[in-house]
Amino acid sequence: MTATAPAAEATVRKSSPGTARGPRRRTGRLRRVGLPYLLLLPALLLELLVHLVPMVIGIVMSFKELTQFYIRDWSTAPWAGLDNYTVSVDFDAPVGKALLHSFLVTVAFTVLSVGLCWLIGTAAAVFMQDTFRGRGLLRALFLVPYALPVYAAVITWVFMFQHDNGLVNHVLHDQLGLTDKPSFWLIGDNSFVALLTVSVWKGWPFAFLIVMAGLQNIPRELYEAAALDGAGMVQQLRRITLPSLRPVNQVLVLVLFLWTFNDFNTPYVLFGKSAPEAADLISVHIYQASFVTWNFGTGSAMSVLLLLFLLVVTGVHLALTSRGRRTAQ
Amino acid sequence: MSTPRSPMAPPRTFLWSRRIFLTLLTGFVLIPVYVMLSSSLKPLADVTGSFRWLPTELTIRPYIDIWSTVPLGRYFVNSLIVAGAATVCSVVIAVFSAYAVSRYAFRGKRVFTVTVLSTQMFPGILFLLPLFLIYVNIGNAIGIALFGSRGGLILTYLTFSLPFSIWMLIGYFDSVPRDLDEAALVDGCGPLGALFRVVVPAAVPGIVAVAVYAFMTAWGEVLFASVMTNDTTRTLAVGLQGYSTLNDVYWNQIMAASLVVSVPVVAGFLLLQRYLVAGLTAGAVK
Repeated sequence: MTATAPAAEATVRKSSPGTARGPRRRTGRLRRVGLPYLLLLPALLLELLVHLVPMVIGIVMSFKELTQFYIRDWSTAPWAGLDNYTVSVDFDAPVGKALLHSFLVTVAFTVLSVGLCWLIGTAAAVFMQDTFRGRGLLRALFLVPYALPVYAAVITWVFMFQHDNGLVNHVLHDQLGLTDKPSFWLIGDNSFVALLTVSVWKGWPFAFLIVMAGLQNIPRELYEAAALDGAGMVQQLRRITLPSLRPVNQVLVLVLFLWTFNDFNTPYVLFGKSAPEAADLISVHIYQASFVTWNFGTGSAMSVLLLLFLLVVTGVHLALTSRGRRTAQ
Repeated sequence: MSTPRSPMAPPRTFLWSRRIFLTLLTGFVLIPVYVMLSSSLKPLADVTGSFRWLPTELTIRPYIDIWSTVPLGRYFVNSLIVAGAATVCSVVIAVFSAYAVSRYAFRGKRVFTVTVLSTQMFPGILFLLPLFLIYVNIGNAIGIALFGSRGGLILTYLTFSLPFSIWMLIGYFDSVPRDLDEAALVDGCGPLGALFRVVVPAAVPGIVAVAVYAFMTAWGEVLFASVMTNDTTRTLAVGLQGYSTLNDVYWNQIMAASLVVSVPVVAGFLLLQRYLVAGLTAGAVK
């Protein structure tokens, strides 16, 4: 994307017609200079209203003692200095300890979920690179979990994970006899496995979709040449497919990481308002800290800390991948 | 290897591992879909006891009852209005922005694209409450009710799909030859004429893909819907939870309702998924 930008600028500059005369030329130039901004204006205004201004307000709120008493007119809430932050990162006290625990759970969950989504998605896309009978149908089937509305899909999993009448216990306990007694999946330690399963089920088709699109940009001649040179499937995969996919993968993994880390919908529908400790993802944790206890100042401080963490990870990722790209060339 | 094959034919181990992998994956993908479908056709007794793979009898009763247990029809209409309007607005705005970025050189271009894309990174929870306060304040100040209204939700959702849509359309517009719109400009079309008569028609697959994405985003969102709607504007995302908060959990009805709300998006998505793949191939992943 970035590589084509200078070329685009060059073409536009070259093509500016210098034929108009006198005053017409001036209004023409004004139009030409103003037009791109005019075209961007709606997007810019909306992003300002819905994302950037609220974010700034959120940061301001994190320095206020914003409890339920001030919610009607939040600007009158007293300043709290760094209190909200010190409470959040005081890992010896209950609030900070719970936040740290939730953060670590989220990191473990995100790493596993993104890794599995990427692995399954890439494997499926590579296996389906060549045409075979039923490929189109299979591709459509594989995209169903991605296309389903989150709540409909996750509610189905909630049903499957039920203790008494769910499919999972029926298969594992009644039919296969793998467990001594039916397990609880949506409370206790198993809830982490349940959450991970649902997240991977829902998330891998996106990786599949992107990798599949990426594979279509690899010229077939590369494989033909490699095959003539005697390279086997594994070598073709290692020498052609994976290196060609690297730029796609870099963006894909980052996007998956951000979406998974911030995911609220899945745990919220799976567990309801109070997530079990083993699956206490940070978004739901902060939501609870804000809306259940009505302490929005602390909730905002936690959100800001989360944003800072994501900024650092994204920055490091971009720095590493752009350096990698430079040395590779 | 001893069999006379063309050099491109994959070895047998590959074919077998492909078969096994894809079969297992199909099972993983389809089991929940099967549970949803089969349970939606079961009588209540079949879903309250131990799980049954097959219904004792098939009934369409759940599909009739779902409309009266909770006001599903109203939620449906709300979701349709919100997701439809958000999609149309998001696509139109994304087309304008992507056209500007793809075809014009101007100051602040990089800042714009980076800023818009970076909003993807924000945790929804960080701007949920401030946004809620902004909407309430706008309502108090100038009388436009955004909080609790469909308008507020439309506004919010369209910005959710905007960054990805703009990003994808930039790539797509870049792949439309510039000679085409320059020819239109020479022929006397204004820049907007060139956009709508030349660039947009050439980029239809990308635009369809973006529309599908925007609709799915708005149709499936839960967090903002749960905070920003009231009884009359509630969308499916929140409304569906009404079945499970009742004393008896009507799993057959929940599955039927889940299926009913999924059909429009899944059908649309499957019909249009080739455009999404084509759009991604031409634009985003290049």
